[in-house]
Amino acid sequence: MPTRRDYSLIGRDAQAAVASGLAVAEWYKTDLPRRRMKELMRRSDGPAIRDTLIWLAGFLVFGAGGYLFRGSWWAAPFFVGYGVLYGSSTDSRWHECGHGTAFKTRWLNDLVYQVACFMIMREPTIWRWSHARHHTDTIIVGRDPEIAAMRPPAMLRILSNIFAISSTWSTVKHVIAHSFGRLDEEERSFVPEMERAKVFLVARIWLATHLAVIGLAAWLHSWLPLIYVGMLPTMYGGWLTVYFGVTQHACLAENVLDHRLNARTIYMNPIFRFVYWNMNYHVEHHMFPMVPYHRLPDLHEAIKADLPEPYASTLAAYREIIPALLRQRKDPEYFVKRELPPSARPFRPELHGAAIAAAPGDAASRARAS
Amino acid sequence: MSSVWIEACAVDDIEEEDVLRFDHGGRSFAIYRSPDNEFFATDGFCTHQRTHLADGLVIGDTIECPKHNGRFNYRTGQAKGAPVCVDLETYPVRVVGGKVMIAFDQA
Repeated sequence: MPTRRDYSLIGRDAQAAVASGLAVAEWYKTDLPRRRMKELMRRSDGPAIRDTLIWLAGFLVFGAGGYLFRGSWWAAPFFVGYGVLYGSSTDSRWHECGHGTAFKTRWLNDLVYQVACFMIMREPTIWRWSHARHHTDTIIVGRDPEIAAMRPPAMLRILSNIFAISSTWSTVKHVIAHSFGRLDEEERSFVPEMERAKVFLVARIWLATHLAVIGLAAWLHSWLPLIYVGMLPTMYGGWLTVYFGVTQHACLAENVLDHRLNARTIYMNPIFRFVYWNMNYHVEHHMFPMVPYHRLPDLHEAIKADLPEPYASTLAAYREIIPALLRQRKDPEYFVKRELPPSARPFRPELHGAAIAAAPGDAASRARAS
Repeated sequence: MSSVWIEACAVDDIEEEDVLRFDHGGRSFAIYRSPDNEFFATDGFCTHQRTHLADGLVIGDTIECPKHNGRFNYRTGQAKGAPVCVDLETYPVRVVGGKVMIAFDQA
């Protein structure tokens, strides 16, 4: 029996979003002078090369430490660090290089994109297209394939992804299906025909690589190859991906055309921002996806007067998210309503109200007035 | 159908390596000034989804869509890879007395 919100990309709410004009719509953007915008969008290789060299050095240091102390508990902190680099920092590398904004040089974006996709187990072509849809129709019910916390939230799935269990299992099933040349109906709804051969080719390469690592481990009679490469580091190091990722949109307004209302900007410490490549400036990223990660703090300064108050820390965001998730289990219509500053211009509130009221029993007035 | 020349903007309205929106007769165009100071014109909206390219970034011969970073060669209209798969329509351009003129078919 379908829930009242139908998140399927080929279901009732997908059709409703198209019919109501919420799909592929124009979204709110803060006005910025063209010259300033061009300056913020300008590409450069320097910051991403620097950060990638530090990143690779981190793999070497943590990987070597884990190897040297293997068999003792002293190896644990090294593998925690290695795992975070492998299973969590790759989330932002995949993301930024997928947008093509991290580096100025195209092939560097493509190279890091492919490597990061393998590490975090996100099939590159599938996720390139799903992410394009995510930006077109951010948390529009029935349109966005990347909604982390649906309503009511699947708490078990969210919690299992602290160790990437649900996401890895899903990827394994899909990679096997793709290696046999099969796409499911939802994937066919956002991956164009001409791109599908790439999906099948990469799935076969991935499968061969994973089998080779398993074979190497069996041949060596050692777990070490599996701890360094493949599914295990994605899983044991994936917790920070969830810790960051859930904050992006969870519990905020669905079916609105204003990223100020459905995304969070959170102030984070420099280590988090290095791991996350500044994706804590998430409202800014969605509003202007062409701005490279290393310019997002500047973009934030330029437009913050038009945005809701940023969260002071990740913990501050979770103080809002956890109670809201728990409440949404019983009351899926509840959401956190972000308040715009008094000087900010609301964008098409009539459409937002209509969309929210579209489902029986929905009412914007049930949102928390913060 | 006949081709007509229409004044789109003044030369100085566009900086080098930049793009400007031009609307006329219910149609929307993107006018480009290349780094080597030549002018070009294409349809205004990205062929992937309806986002105006005039908000995008010109890098050399390429215009990047501001929404999904789809890239086109604005001289030829050629789509340069995912997520854009369909080429842009291009239009003849000439500069006359400091004005950028574009030609397109009019019913």
